[in-house]
Amino acid sequence: MDIKTPILDIQNLRASINDNEILKSLNLTINKGEIHAIMGPNGSGKSTLSKVLAGHPAYKVLSGDIIYEGKSILELEPEERSHSGIFLAFQYPIEIPGVSNEDFLYLSYNAKLKAAKKAEISPIEFFSIVSEKLKIVNMSPTFLNRNVNEGFSGGEKKRNEIVQMLLLDSKLSILDETDSGLDIDALKIISKGIGTFMNQEKAIILITHYQRLLDYVKPDFIHVMQDGKIIKTGSAELAKELEKKGYEWLKTPV
Amino acid sequence: MTNQSKKILNTNITKLVNQPYKYGFSTSVEKENFEKGLNEDVVRLISKKKNEPEFLLNFRLKAYKKWKQMKCPEWAQLKFLESNYQDIIYYSAPKSKKKLDSLDEVDPEILKTFEKLGISLTEQKRLTNVAVDAVFDSVSIGTTFKEELAEYGVIFSSISEAVHTYPDLIEKYLGTVVPIGDNYFTALNSAVFTDGSFCYIPKGVTCPLDLSTYFRINEQNSGQFERTLIIAEENSQVSYLEGCTAPQYDENQLHAAVVELIALENATIKYSTVQNWYSGDSSGNGGIFNFVTKRGLCAGKNSKISWTQVETGAAITWKYPSCVLVGDNSQGEFYSVALTNNYQQTDTGSKMIHVGKNTRSRIVSKGISAGNSKNSYRGFVNVNNKAVGARNYSQCDSLLIGNSSNANTFPFISVQNSTTKIEHEASTSKIGEEQIFYFLQRGISLEQAIGLIISGFCREVFTELPLEFAVEADRLLSLKLEGSIG
Repeated sequence: MDIKTPILDIQNLRASINDNEILKSLNLTINKGEIHAIMGPNGSGKSTLSKVLAGHPAYKVLSGDIIYEGKSILELEPEERSHSGIFLAFQYPIEIPGVSNEDFLYLSYNAKLKAAKKAEISPIEFFSIVSEKLKIVNMSPTFLNRNVNEGFSGGEKKRNEIVQMLLLDSKLSILDETDSGLDIDALKIISKGIGTFMNQEKAIILITHYQRLLDYVKPDFIHVMQDGKIIKTGSAELAKELEKKGYEWLKTPV
Repeated sequence: MTNQSKKILNTNITKLVNQPYKYGFSTSVEKENFEKGLNEDVVRLISKKKNEPEFLLNFRLKAYKKWKQMKCPEWAQLKFLESNYQDIIYYSAPKSKKKLDSLDEVDPEILKTFEKLGISLTEQKRLTNVAVDAVFDSVSIGTTFKEELAEYGVIFSSISEAVHTYPDLIEKYLGTVVPIGDNYFTALNSAVFTDGSFCYIPKGVTCPLDLSTYFRINEQNSGQFERTLIIAEENSQVSYLEGCTAPQYDENQLHAAVVELIALENATIKYSTVQNWYSGDSSGNGGIFNFVTKRGLCAGKNSKISWTQVETGAAITWKYPSCVLVGDNSQGEFYSVALTNNYQQTDTGSKMIHVGKNTRSRIVSKGISAGNSKNSYRGFVNVNNKAVGARNYSQCDSLLIGNSSNANTFPFISVQNSTTKIEHEASTSKIGEEQIFYFLQRGISLEQAIGLIISGFCREVFTELPLEFAVEADRLLSLKLEGSIG
């Protein structure tokens, strides 16, 4: 057996928005090389967890800790968390009128290089890098000239998120309902992207409502969240059971 | 958005937009100032000082009489204490002992001032593709590339000089586009204007260089009243830029300028402004009151006048660069970015008056308001009954930063012709917390994020600026919005 190295360790995390406590003593440990799926009914705190990990300023951590690669990240700014390799694929990617995708991606890529004290690259070098990533998710280079997410279809927005993940080569990637609103072809493309991306040094958290993504991206663990806590953890089989029975059966202690 | 995060976002953005004014220094030079105050004698004295011909003195006196009967306009969305016109110095010029033969003989302190502002006038360091007329308080210090331009028949000099060298042209055109009594500030300007630039592009000539005037107010109590006149003869073309800065003083200073453009048949004039007057401190003290009347006359067929402005400074801005489209098929354009912060107030826009057949006009206005500022667009599109087939397109976009800024749009449209096509689009948006978080999550700093959003918002206007100035404008907005970067 390999020796497992934790990449993320969430300890008794409590967090609130607008004085409303959403995460209530949540614990979760994720090792390098693992894919974890988080499922659970609407309002159980899944998206809140993703925002808190990324450092969204609207959410307040009340107690507990988030240890990422051996250090607490509670004091880190969102951009510092990003530079350290945490990536959040947004459930609803934001439209930014007037800013081209190319400028946005280029700036993002160089910001990461700069934070790592590496030399920044020229737009020409960048173009060849980003073109490779676009191919993986079947996107045409013309998409670089369009404004960030503006007028993108639901599927294009989600693919754009995956391009960014590939580009930034993040170590801990949180995919917040990246599968929702996708047709089966788009779902396959995205799953393929995730497949080429994943390796033993990385970890992925998939937040999803549906079993179907998990047919393409095999998770090592499935967690069920309810009322700000993880109430059940199991193997990939658990998802199938949930698909059949819904969440209700978990409410009565097993 | 939660209150807590709103607060964080606002403090961060406020920190960003409150960069110190870079051009706030003042230069100490030996000056010749008139006593404060305005009366008929002062008007006569200015004219005498400049050794002006009779017609100009009469022009001034007529204007002074008009002004005395007029009142400061109150219809604009601006709140301010009217200047005390008796507390202003109407003529302030650096003392020079003899007539200067070349720019290299100008007071080194003044040359240094312009150098510090990024405008080098000396032979060795001057910009190679732009001719510059530098105006310091009431007078023009010098003009570069004069001889080179003369080879093409292009006249580019200070207006005081042109009054002597080309009195006929001045007499023929001065006050024809903006009449003396057009408004309170044009009357005042016509009475007391001290300098400005004069450009004349002869028939068939495309001006080989961009022409530029840089206005600097230095004296604390002086007003600056400049007058610019540009004439483009048939089939000629010119691109002109003005830049403006002033030192940081606690009191308000008055700047009331008049610009007149005349484009004859097939002529094109492109007029660009990067305005960065001192805008007052963060509590709203001091800053320039900027009351400007700019108007272009498309007199000939197929002529075109295009205004582009980037307004970032001044405590008060009252300015409506306009086009009177008389020639058939003539075109007027107005592209504007107005950025206000702290307690700045801007009421700006354009007027397009369609008289000729098939005349076309286009207005693109982008207002960005931060802090407690007020940013208003005011436009007037008027289509005359003879302007068959006239078309206008107007677009006014406002971007709000923070929760205390204010954006208004006042479009007036008057059409007396059933063949006209008018389009008007307007939008208001706010840099939102979720947009910023998206940038941050991708590792892009707040400063870069705001810079990128702003320059994206302004792109349509910046592409209209001559290349060097587009870079300058981007840098200027960056300075105001991006903190220490660049």
